[in-house]
Amino acid sequence: MKQFLTFVKKEFLHVLRDKKTLLILFGMPVVQILIFGFALTNEVKNSQIVVVDYAKDIASQEIITKIEASRYFEIRKTLAGSKELEAAFRTGEIKMAVIFPEGFNNQLLHQNKAQIQVLADASDPNNATTLTNYVSSIINDYQAQLNQENAVPLQIKPEVKMLYNPQLKGAPNFVPGVMALVLMLVCVMMTAIAIVKEKETGTMEILLVSPFKPLMVILSKAVPYLLLSMVNVVSILLLSVFVLDLPIAGNILLLFAESTLFIITCLTLGIFISVKTDSQQTAMLISLLGMLLPTLLFSGFMFPIENMPLPLQWFSNVVPSKWYYIIVKGIMIKGLGFSYVWKETLILFGITIFLLIVSLKSFKIRLS
Amino acid sequence: MNEKVISCKALTKRFGDFTAVDAITFEVEKGEIFGFLGANGAGKTTAMRMLCGLSNPTSGEAKIAGFDIYKETEKIKKSIGYMSQKFSLYDDLTVQENITFFAGIYGLSDKAIKENSAALLKQLGMEDQADKRVSSLPLGWKQKLAFSTAIIHKPEIVFLDEPTGGVDPVTRRQFWDLIYEASGNGITIFVTTHYMDEAEYCNRVSIMVDGKVEALDTPTNLKKQFSVTTMDEVFYHLAREAKRGE
Repeated sequence: MKQFLTFVKKEFLHVLRDKKTLLILFGMPVVQILIFGFALTNEVKNSQIVVVDYAKDIASQEIITKIEASRYFEIRKTLAGSKELEAAFRTGEIKMAVIFPEGFNNQLLHQNKAQIQVLADASDPNNATTLTNYVSSIINDYQAQLNQENAVPLQIKPEVKMLYNPQLKGAPNFVPGVMALVLMLVCVMMTAIAIVKEKETGTMEILLVSPFKPLMVILSKAVPYLLLSMVNVVSILLLSVFVLDLPIAGNILLLFAESTLFIITCLTLGIFISVKTDSQQTAMLISLLGMLLPTLLFSGFMFPIENMPLPLQWFSNVVPSKWYYIIVKGIMIKGLGFSYVWKETLILFGITIFLLIVSLKSFKIRLS
Repeated sequence: MNEKVISCKALTKRFGDFTAVDAITFEVEKGEIFGFLGANGAGKTTAMRMLCGLSNPTSGEAKIAGFDIYKETEKIKKSIGYMSQKFSLYDDLTVQENITFFAGIYGLSDKAIKENSAALLKQLGMEDQADKRVSSLPLGWKQKLAFSTAIIHKPEIVFLDEPTGGVDPVTRRQFWDLIYEASGNGITIFVTTHYMDEAEYCNRVSIMVDGKVEALDTPTNLKKQFSVTTMDEVFYHLAREAKRGE
């Protein structure tokens, strides 16, 4: 055990001394999160919307005034009817329409509840979500204001309808994707390079001649990257919560446990590559081409897997990041518990065990 | 002083049809400086890798420090040191960190690490360099440091695989002083080299040709046997008969 700690300490020294590695390790996640974050989730300001007011009563007017006052929206037209509406959506002239039904105020006063229809152009799903959220909060605000004065609580329900893309598929829920990407890159590439480097410089032989077990050599190489990757997970989550305002809906501990599993998967992959290669360049190339590209292409993070030809869809099943992406999206965005992601977890676990066995086996062969 | 620390009998390694090491038999005594010579491709490295437990023999027997090469590799590993022809320290660690690390993986106690490394630094006159990165040292110093690190755990045998490649003659001489000192402390030295002047420094020399040990004796006897005046000529005499190319 003491030998193991000595070794792990040495590995940490390697990592901490290498400025370039450190920069990649900790700079990359931050840069990626920010690039993806701000490239894909620009704050929505002065969006062109249309209000269709069939009611023309005091309540609808008050809400329209509120919407108008908001810096997020710019009301292009206030229409009396809905004829021009569709055309305006088609051309992309407007992003959202708010429709007040006839007798809006009446309903509100007599039935204590009323509906407002909200239509949004979901071909840009991120934008659509943001806009509908804004308008809903304005309506909620108005409702709260009314309820302060009224004894009977009134309820205004915005009925949101996403046009063109009702399920908001392809939504740039990029944080899970970036997590998969960063972990893949850090763990696979860095571990592979770290081990191959010892082979290249000849220190691996010295280690193999020593009484230190080969398995331990590999394990102690992996430990620092395991810990550093967990730091990365934390920093990505912090950035997404505090900079990008993307809250974590599900259980954080579960998210960590799943991330740790995925990190281990990646480390095993890195070890596998390092066993099979002899130079740092080869290890890097294989990691980039063999791991990073599939992660980008087949995890569902950038390109929807459903749209791919069947053979590619099948192939996507062996890409570990696909499963991790699904898990993280489930936990982080949808707030799902373990009972919903156990299948994916099991698959990921299976892949890890498989890789571990294969790489340890080939490592032994090399020694004979 | 007749204790045998290395003894092998008909040790053989085949890779498919190719017999890299062909039934070599020899013994090395405790404290001896044993030169293991041969042209490139003669099978030196393969033989050495078998003796170090890095490679399994195809057939034959061998005992290293009294331990069986097949069954007791773990015990063998504890009793030997190894320095490869490639530079074998970590460039990005300091001198002290390298020493501590290698002593650590051989399972030395903290106290022993402290004492041994202090003695080592003193012997090399490198006390002032302890906290410098190894990358900043001149090559000769690195080689000396690598050798001293290879024997920090006081092994019975140390295997040196072309330890002085690319080193200037003065440093090579100093390097051999270290080897003599270690040998004087009872450490057996098993060394491969391409420098024939270094072969002269050895107590006994074996010369491998095409996987077989063709000659084994003291440098003086070898020169007599082939009626020549230098080890260079002995080597040339044997090596030119080699059928294997590079």
